[in-house]
Amino acid sequence: MGGFGAEIVAKYNYWIYVLLMMIGFYAMIAKRNLVKKLLGMNIFQTAIILMFVSAGVKHGAAIPILDKHEVLEHGVHAASVVNPLPHVLMLTAIVVSVSVTGVALAIMQRIYRRYGTLEEDEILEKIGE
Amino acid sequence: MSGNLHMFVMAAPLVGALTVNLAGRASRKAVLPLVLGFLTLSLVAALGTMAGVLEHGAFTYTVGNWQPPFGIELRIDHLSSLMLVLVSAVALIASFASLQSVAKDLADRQHHFFTLYLILVAGLHGLILTADAFNLYVLLEITSITTYGLIAMGRGRAPLSSFNYIIMGSIGACFYLLGVGYLYILTGTLNMADIAARLPQVNGTVAVATAFAFMLVGLWIKMAFFPLHGWLPRAYNDAPIGAGVLVAPLMTKVTIYLMLRVMFSVFSPQYEFFQHPDVQNLVVWGAALGIICASALALGQRDLRRMLTYIIVAEVGYMVGGVWLANGTGLTGAVLHIVNDALMTLCLFLVAAAIISRNGSLAFDRLQGLYRRMPWTMAGFTLGAFAMIGVPPTCGFFSKWYLILGGIEARQWPYVVALVFSSLVNAVLFFRIIEIAYFRGGKGHGHDDHGPVTEAPAMILAPLLVSAAALVLVGLATGPLVSNLIAQFVPVF
Repeated sequence: MGGFGAEIVAKYNYWIYVLLMMIGFYAMIAKRNLVKKLLGMNIFQTAIILMFVSAGVKHGAAIPILDKHEVLEHGVHAASVVNPLPHVLMLTAIVVSVSVTGVALAIMQRIYRRYGTLEEDEILEKIGE
Repeated sequence: MSGNLHMFVMAAPLVGALTVNLAGRASRKAVLPLVLGFLTLSLVAALGTMAGVLEHGAFTYTVGNWQPPFGIELRIDHLSSLMLVLVSAVALIASFASLQSVAKDLADRQHHFFTLYLILVAGLHGLILTADAFNLYVLLEITSITTYGLIAMGRGRAPLSSFNYIIMGSIGACFYLLGVGYLYILTGTLNMADIAARLPQVNGTVAVATAFAFMLVGLWIKMAFFPLHGWLPRAYNDAPIGAGVLVAPLMTKVTIYLMLRVMFSVFSPQYEFFQHPDVQNLVVWGAALGIICASALALGQRDLRRMLTYIIVAEVGYMVGGVWLANGTGLTGAVLHIVNDALMTLCLFLVAAAIISRNGSLAFDRLQGLYRRMPWTMAGFTLGAFAMIGVPPTCGFFSKWYLILGGIEARQWPYVVALVFSSLVNAVLFFRIIEIAYFRGGKGHGHDDHGPVTEAPAMILAPLLVSAAALVLVGLATGPLVSNLIAQFVPVF
């Protein structure tokens, strides 16, 4: 028990992201309601964002805003500042995720106007397949 | 040094997208000259870039002079310059047919359609140029989001197909992003060359294998590699005609190029082929299975465009298998097939556009007598069909020849059998259509008694004939193409 349990506790952030990702993945694949699929997609994307951000955590480090003169004199102590790159990357990923959600919602609206439902089975029935 | 000419390849369609959106709002007539103008500019810049690379060799470019690995780097080598020319040429040729069919189907939304069209082209160019793993993800999503929009503009069940594509496409992109995340945690960098330099230090760990698997599976979903192809036939079949002629030839092919980038610029052939020979065998077997299943599914279709979408899935199997054969011949064949398949698919989708513009339907039983009604269109169809089957001197023959030789060299017999089987199935598929369109439909023996010649509009016919001619010309130019451009890329195993 000790080894495996300790591993889970030590890297709990990654386990949480895996769990969230699986929930999202399940909703995308198994749910037949289009809104639930979209929600699953959002959970899935959020899980990945959490993974990146939690990978950038550094205990006891400050925000990466530096005094120019001090840096020029003493250099940067990497341990004292958080690496901003994962957060910046995830800002972009959030933008991507919002755009995809936006497009999906717009398309969903068109589907709803045409078929009057967002249940995939009922839509397929109305299409006649 | 060719300066920053390659930036214009990408910038022209991007600026064009904004201009078309604004000007198209004011006047519908402005759309056509603007689209053609910016795409021509892009093609000219791409040709200039290729000439520069042929003369001076490959080079890298740092955008905004932020030095890598901090800034985003672009890499312009022989393969990417070839892809730039291919994408810009296909986009320009396809745009003629697109302009014609969109003006008819989506008259009041022309400028919206072509805004997306041009952003998609710009995104594809960006994907080809970038040498940054995260930048690649962003551009991959730019191309995907525009494609979702283009497909959703179609009739009937297009929005539903597009929605399913969004779900699958997002899974693919997220997997890729996850792989990039693993690599970033392992190496602390996102620049492809930089990752490649640091990977040997962490080589052999499970985390590297996981990153590789996530990135590849992500791209496989995006390129519809069997059995991850479920979204493609519906999405491409329901797309508006004007979107199909651009999306079908280019999206899967550019994704194959991305797979090459990940496999050879980030990871090394040593890593994927020789450290894990079982995986290599498995992928080639999967490709063989995919080719056979997709060909069999194509046999079951009764509609020209639906049949073509399954052929695209089979062709993806050709290329993935060819790359994973792990020898120079197979890789050469796969790269050559990227070019050839883009042109063949373009030609056949233009034929579909031409037929639908006059005939209204692509169902097999409605194609009777087409050879008499649309002789030029069907001449182009015949050439495209011959290229798909692999009849010399069309280009399809040469790449298939390389692929089969590569398969024999690697002793991957299932893959060789699958290629031969798929060629035979293609022959059956296309001769069935030729038989319907040529021999059936007339009364009695049918001489000129099936109505007048109603050829497709020139805006569709001209690009169709150009692409059909390109099939033969590229086929005849295979030698110089391989020795000057592709051989420069293929690593020595």
